[in-house]
Amino acid sequence: MALLTYLEAIRQGLWEEMERDPSVFILGEDIGAYGGAFKVTAGMLEKFGEDRVIDTPISESAIVGAAIGAALMGMRPVVEMQFMDFIACGFDQIVNMAAKMHYRWGPAVPMVIRGPSGAGVHGGPYNSQSNEMWFVHTPGLKVVAPATAYDAKGLIKAAIRDDNPVIFYEHKFLYRRIKEEIPEQDYVVPIGKAVVRRPGTDITVITYGAMVWTALDAAGELEKEGLSLEVVDLRSLLPYDEETVLASARKCSKVILLHEDTRTGGMAGELAALIAEKAFDDLDGPIVRVTAPDTPVPFAPPLEEYFLPNATKVAEAARKLATY
Amino acid sequence: MKNTTVAKESKSITKPDAPTLRRMLYYLKLTRESELRIEQVLYRQGKIVGGVYVGRGQEAIGVGAALTMRAGDVTFPCHRDFSVFLIRGFSLADMLANWLARGDSPTRGRENTLHIGDVRLGIIPIISPLGATLPVACGAALVLKRRGKGNVALVHFGEGTTSLGDVHEAMNFAAVMKLPVIFICNNNQFAYSTPVDKQFAVKSLTVRGPAYGMPGKSVDGTDVLAVYDAVERASARARAGKGPSFLECVTLRMAGHSAHDAAEYVPEKLKQAWAKKDPIQRLEKVLLSRKIMTKQQIEELGKQVSQEIDRAIADAEARPLPRSEEAVAGVYCEPDCWWRKPPSGVPVPTSVATDNGPRTTDD
Repeated sequence: MALLTYLEAIRQGLWEEMERDPSVFILGEDIGAYGGAFKVTAGMLEKFGEDRVIDTPISESAIVGAAIGAALMGMRPVVEMQFMDFIACGFDQIVNMAAKMHYRWGPAVPMVIRGPSGAGVHGGPYNSQSNEMWFVHTPGLKVVAPATAYDAKGLIKAAIRDDNPVIFYEHKFLYRRIKEEIPEQDYVVPIGKAVVRRPGTDITVITYGAMVWTALDAAGELEKEGLSLEVVDLRSLLPYDEETVLASARKCSKVILLHEDTRTGGMAGELAALIAEKAFDDLDGPIVRVTAPDTPVPFAPPLEEYFLPNATKVAEAARKLATY
Repeated sequence: MKNTTVAKESKSITKPDAPTLRRMLYYLKLTRESELRIEQVLYRQGKIVGGVYVGRGQEAIGVGAALTMRAGDVTFPCHRDFSVFLIRGFSLADMLANWLARGDSPTRGRENTLHIGDVRLGIIPIISPLGATLPVACGAALVLKRRGKGNVALVHFGEGTTSLGDVHEAMNFAAVMKLPVIFICNNNQFAYSTPVDKQFAVKSLTVRGPAYGMPGKSVDGTDVLAVYDAVERASARARAGKGPSFLECVTLRMAGHSAHDAAEYVPEKLKQAWAKKDPIQRLEKVLLSRKIMTKQQIEELGKQVSQEIDRAIADAEARPLPRSEEAVAGVYCEPDCWWRKPPSGVPVPTSVATDNGPRTTDD
């Protein structure tokens, strides 16, 4: 066991997969000599060489497209987006080329696009977005968003070994803020499986990414008031774990859907529809969303704080829902 | 196929020998006639639905380029490069079945026209936002370069596509990384209805090559020998590790953008001028003057091609349409892959892609 940060766990996962499988290689901007804007790939150029750690021009479309071409030729490329905000520059390659290729004519497209997303670090509108739903709405892609160091390592390995394009959302707020004991032996976290982070009985909070920690904070707070929150960490958004979501909703009968992404068209809306369709009879109150408002992510600390969901907002929503 | 090495040139550059010249004519005729049947018979009969795009007038580009390809090379044809698919090994019946939306066709009814691919044959198809294959070709070339066997990736696109950002990104990317890619611009002078002077402000697109740090050349796209030679030279350079090239092949689209388009925006004089440069007639003259084929043999070839197409159409039309519920199958590549099972309970057509990884082919 080794105590690793979320960021170190991702690096270790990448590192081990590159050692295990010579078809795995990484490409992106400033990832080689510089080790990446956040240093996720630090040391990898020295270890694996220029053929497998490729510094590219600033060309997201070319980077993603090149990864697709390499994947078709039997490789398993891992692309780094310097910020997930910039993934928009490679959008056509992802949603029209990579996502649809297997359905259109049958080839495997084993590739991963990973990078930092999320707010809370005063990054402003273009270094803070949670834009995962662009891709959750694209059949053919898989989308994952780990909340813990253990899951980050296990999911990056699962993503690399998957034969489909996987979009891997790292949360930059978590990079160096959380640490965890990581087992020495090889393991993967399967794509499509959620986990109950904290069992509870009164209200389930279903969430993912950094908001898992917000939900756990709120649960700790409310426990003192005698209110028991369950916290479900989705881990995968596409495909998502319908079974675990419905089981938790049925068990608690009251549901809060929490995410850092903006409200309209967010994951919460999708889950609310699922629960309303399949667990309506088990509900004892309205399905409640706690999300960011429908705005870009603002820069100034008071604005960003207002924008982001936090434990206080979750607790307020839970207290209100408990009255039903 | 044996090609003779030209003594004066680099050893890797070959000139087409007599059998290759006869193959050129065969593929030109097969392409022209197949597209005429698609556009003017099957489409008008209502048997082909959706859009119909043909490459009349620009067949020499696909034929000339694809015939230079060697085992392990990869090509990214565009939507008017019908011949490339045939030359790389797709059966005409499979291709026509795809046009006819059949269940046992290369895309099993998921895709139309020439959106057909097969990694084993080294063919990666376009998506409708054209230009997107150029970055993908760079990725294929990245792998080819690392393999070190002197293989190249060819990618075709129109002059209209050169206005897209992907073209800039890919050409720069390929040049920076010295990738073995040949960027082949099929300049047919009209992007749908938009003429070249509304597409770009440079006099010749060849300047785009040096602008990125690679050679830029222009050839007559109706001269299959010129295209063959230019692609062969660019490929020889790429195979030797010297990086990408940009090649413009100028022609005129002798058809509408699609079957519903009468192309009235193309000046009549221009049409007449380019009609005189028909790629098939040009090659026939060469074959006759070099005494490689007689008039009678050329006529016989025309009949053979026509009969071959009759048989392929009959084969394709006899195949069933896909079953409706198959619409939701095969979205993801999972261990129990839907694409590995035969479609609609019939055997998989020989040219369907089932494996990831290029097949070694030998022209």
